[in-house]
Amino acid sequence: MKELSLHILDVVQNSIAAGSTLVSINITEDLDTDLFIIEIIDNGCGMDEDYAEKIKDPFITRRKSRKVGLGIPLLYAAGKRCEGDLKIESKKGKGTRITAWLKHSHIDRAPLGNMADTIKILIVCNPEVDFSYNHKKNEKEFNFDTREVKRILGDVSISEMEVITWIEEQVKEGLKSLNGGADTL
Amino acid sequence: MKTIQELEEIRKKTLETISLRKDQTGTRVVVGMATCGIAAGARPVLLAIMDEIKKHNLSDVIVAQTGCIGLCVYEPIVEVYKPGQEKVTYVKVNPSKAIRIVNEHIMKDKVVDEYTIGTEA
Repeated sequence: MKELSLHILDVVQNSIAAGSTLVSINITEDLDTDLFIIEIIDNGCGMDEDYAEKIKDPFITRRKSRKVGLGIPLLYAAGKRCEGDLKIESKKGKGTRITAWLKHSHIDRAPLGNMADTIKILIVCNPEVDFSYNHKKNEKEFNFDTREVKRILGDVSISEMEVITWIEEQVKEGLKSLNGGADTL
Repeated sequence: MKTIQELEEIRKKTLETISLRKDQTGTRVVVGMATCGIAAGARPVLLAIMDEIKKHNLSDVIVAQTGCIGLCVYEPIVEVYKPGQEKVTYVKVNPSKAIRIVNEHIMKDKVVDEYTIGTEA
């Protein structure tokens, strides 16, 4: 994938397929330790612990339609390529936590890309699921949570176009403030 | 910075219009959002469709996603479901094709034959 935000969009689909009602996306950029950490935590159906480690293998999948799944293996490969790795922790009935880390300055590390687009699509296509997004860059931090937005909206759906545009601006501006006013990472 | 007040305003404005379209049965546009779709460029396609719907204020059109339907080589795939009509499957869609699909098929009921699976495949 050309952007880490596309990996995130892809891996979160697993959380949604697992019936999660809340998905937390946490990104930590620590320039001192030179790490780019992506963490996706859900409260979906989870899986057995020994099965969880195996899903880095593209030929291990629970989907019924065919025998391969590439979402996790691609993110795993992206991590490995950049002196990083991927860890899966899961408890059946509780949820799953995927942690991927990459060397921040690695020449092969894909840019984060457009996180606002990823968040926007996740919300429009899954208005019933809640998403929280936390992004830390050194000492700066940005938080976004659909539960707060929904509390204000009341009866109005979060997938209304006007609301989505507001969310997009919110995320864009939040990320901009992390990057000292620059648009992209 | 976008403020909570603005969100409140949007809420009030939307509540006024929402009752007008409650009983409409609209068109569904479905975009493949599995690994294959995303890698092939489904995200900009879905965003282009959303922007076009917003631009023309098509309030009875629903955008949704689906998983992999097993035709990964033809991704990005867009399916259009119009009430009372057969499903139309568009393949190898890009943002400009998506805009045409919204303008011709969704708005004017004219299927863009050259982008459909029968023609491209």
